Amino acid sequence: MRRIHSFFGLGAFVFISFMAITGALLSLQPAIDAVTSAPSAAGQTVAELAAKVSATLPGVERVTRSASGQVVAYYSDTGARLSAVVDPASGAVIAPYQPSGFFTFLTELHRSLFLGANGHIVSGIAAIAMVVLALSGLLVLVHRMGGWRYLLQPARGTLSQRWHTDLARIGMVALCITALSGAYMSAVNFGFVGDGEATGFSLPVSGSGATPAPIGTLEGLAESSIRDLRELVFPAVGDTSDVFTLTTHQGLGYIDQATGEILKFTANSGLKQLYEAIYMLHTGDGIWWLGLVLGLMALCVPALGVTGVVIWARRRANTPKIRDNVRAPDADTVILVGSEGGSTWGFAETLHRALTEAGRKVHVAAMNDIGPHYAKATRMLVLTATYGEGTAPASAGKFLARVGKLQRTPVEEIAVLGFGDRNFPHFCGFAEDVEAALTAIGARTIVPYTTIDRQSPQDFAAWGRALGQQMHHPVELVHVPRHPKTIGLELIARDDYGIEVQAPTVVLRFAVPRRGLGKFTAGDLVGIVPPGSTLPRFYSLASGSEDGVLEICVRKFTGGLCSEFLHGLEPGQTVEAFIRPNPEFRPSHGSKPVILVGAGAGVAPLVGFVRANHRHRPMHLLLGVRDAQSDFLYGAEMVAAQRDGRLTSLQPVFSRAAGGGYVQDRIRDQADAVRDLIASGAQILVCGSRDMASGVREAIDECLAPLGLSSDDLKQKGRYLEDAY
Amino acid sequence: MKKIVLLLLSATALVTPSLAFAREVTIETRLINYSGNAAYLAVYLTKADGSYDQTLWLAGQKQRYFGALRGWVKAIANEAQISVDGITGASVGGGQMLQVKADLADSLIDAGYVIHVDTAVEHGGEYADDATIPLTSTGGSAQGTGYVSTLSLSL
Repeated sequence: MRRIHSFFGLGAFVFISFMAITGALLSLQPAIDAVTSAPSAAGQTVAELAAKVSATLPGVERVTRSASGQVVAYYSDTGARLSAVVDPASGAVIAPYQPSGFFTFLTELHRSLFLGANGHIVSGIAAIAMVVLALSGLLVLVHRMGGWRYLLQPARGTLSQRWHTDLARIGMVALCITALSGAYMSAVNFGFVGDGEATGFSLPVSGSGATPAPIGTLEGLAESSIRDLRELVFPAVGDTSDVFTLTTHQGLGYIDQATGEILKFTANSGLKQLYEAIYMLHTGDGIWWLGLVLGLMALCVPALGVTGVVIWARRRANTPKIRDNVRAPDADTVILVGSEGGSTWGFAETLHRALTEAGRKVHVAAMNDIGPHYAKATRMLVLTATYGEGTAPASAGKFLARVGKLQRTPVEEIAVLGFGDRNFPHFCGFAEDVEAALTAIGARTIVPYTTIDRQSPQDFAAWGRALGQQMHHPVELVHVPRHPKTIGLELIARDDYGIEVQAPTVVLRFAVPRRGLGKFTAGDLVGIVPPGSTLPRFYSLASGSEDGVLEICVRKFTGGLCSEFLHGLEPGQTVEAFIRPNPEFRPSHGSKPVILVGAGAGVAPLVGFVRANHRHRPMHLLLGVRDAQSDFLYGAEMVAAQRDGRLTSLQPVFSRAAGGGYVQDRIRDQADAVRDLIASGAQILVCGSRDMASGVREAIDECLAPLGLSSDDLKQKGRYLEDAY
Repeated sequence: MKKIVLLLLSATALVTPSLAFAREVTIETRLINYSGNAAYLAVYLTKADGSYDQTLWLAGQKQRYFGALRGWVKAIANEAQISVDGITGASVGGGQMLQVKADLADSLIDAGYVIHVDTAVEHGGEYADDATIPLTSTGGSAQGTGYVSTLSLSL
């Protein structure tokens, strides 16, 4: 389904955007007409209107009324054919009628690009492509979110993905209306569907030829309300046998100018009424506000196109061509990849390279391409991402069904590695299913099922070491996720904490170079590449680019290459760094309360959120500290923030103090308050070690149990965010 | 409802005048510059008594809109059927000129016949007898009243 979506999206993106932009501009016309038209003088009959107009304009030949209520009279005056907008109430001329050249031009551009019949084909195809895109996009979204139930949950993923999802959800209904009605109008234009109109034209009938009566007295004209009027053609001057030709919403009639009798009336067919309703939906002609809404929504299309192309390009760039990929029958080891965005392929490539260098013959394929047996392979390594409700990623959608049909495992030994994000409640759920399915048909696990949180190269390298032990040769997995070019950052200040409590933590402030780093906000990550390494380490930012400084907290780990390097850094020295946006971890928009829970160096992004809380939204900070005297990072600053209103409450928990404890203990102590906050819509952001994060999760689950909620439920709604390391 | 059927491909019902008694006339209709969709036009001939004689040209793609050429529609109302084989073409945009060449029998010239041009534009005016000019051997030109700027006749 995603392929169909990409195919139509890439193929028709330019045309659809063009149609959307011209359509959006055209949607202004009914609104402008509605604003500039004279009051419609509802309640008046066509006879009254015709009498008034013919009194002010004796040479009147024809009167039209648009859906927006504009009445135009076409008349002959001393040999010239003129037209004027008239006030339906008085029949007086308001202004000469000058149809907007701009809108006429746009309409033709929109309908046919001035290419005649070929142009009509193009716009018809664009409409159909839009319908296909809307429907396929809906199915892709349902798959991504993990089911119809979660369709309206906050979007996840990169900035492009979230914009794409949000815009699509906003515009979906309107775009379907516009595209379906446009496709219908195209089909009518090409004659695939009738519009209830005769293919020919009807001939006027002859009247009685008697002396014309005053127009206002004509029964046939008095029966129709001005609201229903489309067009009234007056009889030719001096031709008594000529008749009034009246087109209304209901049909076409001929009226004798002497007797006022309706000589003939043809009602509009149902098909024609359908066409007119669809025409009105598409153009907004007559319902100007709907036109404006649809026009505004149409502007989502170019933005959807751009974000869609970005998503597609990124996925493509992330899907590497595996060099020296061994054919399946010749391989001794098979790597299967389950990937949605493509990043898992990068890990597979690294694994493939490492095993190939160790002398193995390795075949890499998508999980969907699993074979029923392999001639030589004895080992299968499955690397899979997981999605939404633990569902399969794109390249693994058919995997479980295929394995389910196998009597016996195709290889003896397996190792399954799951890639995911702990912020998703069913973290790596699919990977677990994969392992269970393979062991059920007799495969033996050689490396216990492991998960990689947010593409951590360190986790991956550790898995490689475990795999190497089983394969009796080292497997060095140095995975370098593609990262942007680094830039040198100069350290301007450092503050040391926690030395006395065996938790050396340093707050580092770097100067922000004028250019090259781009915009960043608290909670984003800075990737720092320590000298002698190619792997960046990521640290959460405590500041935004608006602060003019880039600030991080680093806990020292003995033997940690990057943390030791950073702890040894003196002002004036530089590091190589780049920014990685981390939009997954930041307070949602709005004014609902925010509960921030952090410990140790994990307070950095939380402090950044408080600093940026200029709108004084309720923020509660729970801070895990060992000793008030030694490692109370940002203590003074947070006290000040509480005083100036950026922070609502500050609750440090000192683990080394008498009667102290951990943040999760404080949550349990205050379960009632936490529950109340969550019931009022609060969002929880947790940052710190994995142990702390799981402790907090348990405490929150206990708190929420009386509400029938869990941290998983909140995660599903994007209201429980974790940044754990 | 009586509908006219335009026989686009049928053999002509009119007897083509033999060349010995016919003359080629050129009718040029120049439109004014206006913004809007291209105009539908009917160029037709009436007899000295004002009754319909023949259609010389119809400009426009869709038959259903020919009904907006009101003078022409009224003129052909009593015809059993008419043939427009070979005398139809595209609609004409603002500022453009439509040139129609026709072989007309000598007997029609200087005999009170009149050339009529009706015009109609989508979302715009629909003008019967936008311009007219008598079919005389001297030719000449006439001003239009609506979308027609000038209508000229040369023999």
